[in-house]
Amino acid sequence: MKTILKIISLIGLILTLVPALLVFYGVIDKSTDFMLMTIGVVLWFASAPFWMKNPSLDS
Amino acid sequence: MSTTQHPPANASLVERLDALYEYDREPVAENKLHGWKTFIAMFSGEHVAGTEFVLGPLMVLHGVSAFDFFVGLLIGNTLAVLSWALLCAPVAVKVRLTIYWQLRKICGPYLTVIYSAFYAVILCLLAGSMVSVAVTAISIPFDIPNPNYIAGDVIPTVPWMFLALVVGIVIAALAVLGFDKIAHFSKICAPWMVLVFFAAGIAVLADLGTNGFTDFSRVATEKIFTGIPIGNNSKYTIWHIIGFSWLCNATQHIGMADLTIFRYAKSWKQGFASAFGMFLGHYMAWIASGILCAAFLAEGLTNPQPGNIALFGAGAAGLISVVIAGWTTANPTLYRAGLAIQVATPNWKRWKVTFLAGVFMIITACIPAVNAYLDRIIGYYGLFFMPLGAFIFVDVWLFPKLGLISDYAEKAKLLISWPATLAWFGSLFIMIFFYGKDNYEWLSNWLGEQPSWLAAIQTDLMFLIAPEWFLSVLMYTGFSMIQQKSEASKIALS
Repeated sequence: MKTILKIISLIGLILTLVPALLVFYGVIDKSTDFMLMTIGVVLWFASAPFWMKNPSLDS
Repeated sequence: MSTTQHPPANASLVERLDALYEYDREPVAENKLHGWKTFIAMFSGEHVAGTEFVLGPLMVLHGVSAFDFFVGLLIGNTLAVLSWALLCAPVAVKVRLTIYWQLRKICGPYLTVIYSAFYAVILCLLAGSMVSVAVTAISIPFDIPNPNYIAGDVIPTVPWMFLALVVGIVIAALAVLGFDKIAHFSKICAPWMVLVFFAAGIAVLADLGTNGFTDFSRVATEKIFTGIPIGNNSKYTIWHIIGFSWLCNATQHIGMADLTIFRYAKSWKQGFASAFGMFLGHYMAWIASGILCAAFLAEGLTNPQPGNIALFGAGAAGLISVVIAGWTTANPTLYRAGLAIQVATPNWKRWKVTFLAGVFMIITACIPAVNAYLDRIIGYYGLFFMPLGAFIFVDVWLFPKLGLISDYAEKAKLLISWPATLAWFGSLFIMIFFYGKDNYEWLSNWLGEQPSWLAAIQTDLMFLIAPEWFLSVLMYTGFSMIQQKSEASKIALS
């Protein structure tokens, strides 16, 4: 389960970064970039809190 | 997270402050130490914050050139990392105490109370700045214009202030509940937020006419970091950038506030983990937000507020990142402010104190000048707190070599250390004088025509922090020699 969540998080991060590179090279327009980045936000926050540890100093 | 103990109602100010920090009075135990991962996560999370959306654009508005910006940030951030690794972390792993207890041993309880009170004020200001950053994004879907300080907006519109009030109340309510979960949430946001900054910067480069990465230096020089200030802003040089990037966290590294964090480090070398915060947050994110600001202005748009430029570069994801960046950093800041204020109140409950700090935070958030002059505020803040870090450094390392007694105030049972008081306020006022003689009208008028040697010294706030370190060290060491010589018998008795 943790592995699946990590893969979803990774897809979220890829959708945050890669569309911007595609805009830079003129492959997609900014509105598509914004939409893909929004999907990236949803994927990241739907998965990362369930596998990322809390590196608190008091723990 | 602290578990606050409640002293009796008639307890003195010092007793209340001690009770507040009682839980971490002892040095950190061996089994509580942390490795590199914790510090890397912590620095990466804390230094990619809402204020990064303010500081990058400020540099663009101050007309910094591309070379000055990139090289200045590289040098300044390297100096900041070295300050953490070579000054702060070695002291922290040697004493393994919080800044509060270390200061108390050296300066006595009275100065520690003053430190806490001023620290609370500055934390409220910073939390207000972060709320303001978050509101610049939340206001956009409601079609509420963000205040434009450059255009003369001294206060925001009533609907904007209402939003700040709502956001402030939510943040204060969450701070009352504690910030552990929010601190964890901010760490979860860190990797994503770093990429949002980076992606937004890259996406808008095309708008600036870049043909590829090889073309970047031309566009950076001609269109982003042009070297020409915008509006009435002063011109920033490479020295401003080095000074600002090195010293914007002066209170934390050379000011030693991060003793509280690094006392948990296994080795002083973990001070180098700060490089992750500096080079992701204060290098990459400042460059990205600077690019965003330049592209925003190049489109003919005005008022490059964090929310506006993030929407321009990353759409809804950008807006969400600004809200989260502002919120997750405002929350622990307000919590710490509440903790510091608690000492000065007559045993008020935590929620009351945090809401009091929250009121101050909301007022600050409604003053656009705070973000417009954030670099100045950070400069004053560094100048004010830095000497105390210098005292800790010399007290731990230099005093034993000079044959002086470390932790003198504690050993001599002094309520206040006069060498620390004189050296702190003496070095501060001397530095403020050198800045103020050309920048405060009343002081310039009072001085009249300055002697040539004085007139030749023209300096900025940021350039004064390093000289202040040396001056405060000299003053504190000299005064301590006088004190310990004259009171030698007292110590011998004790």
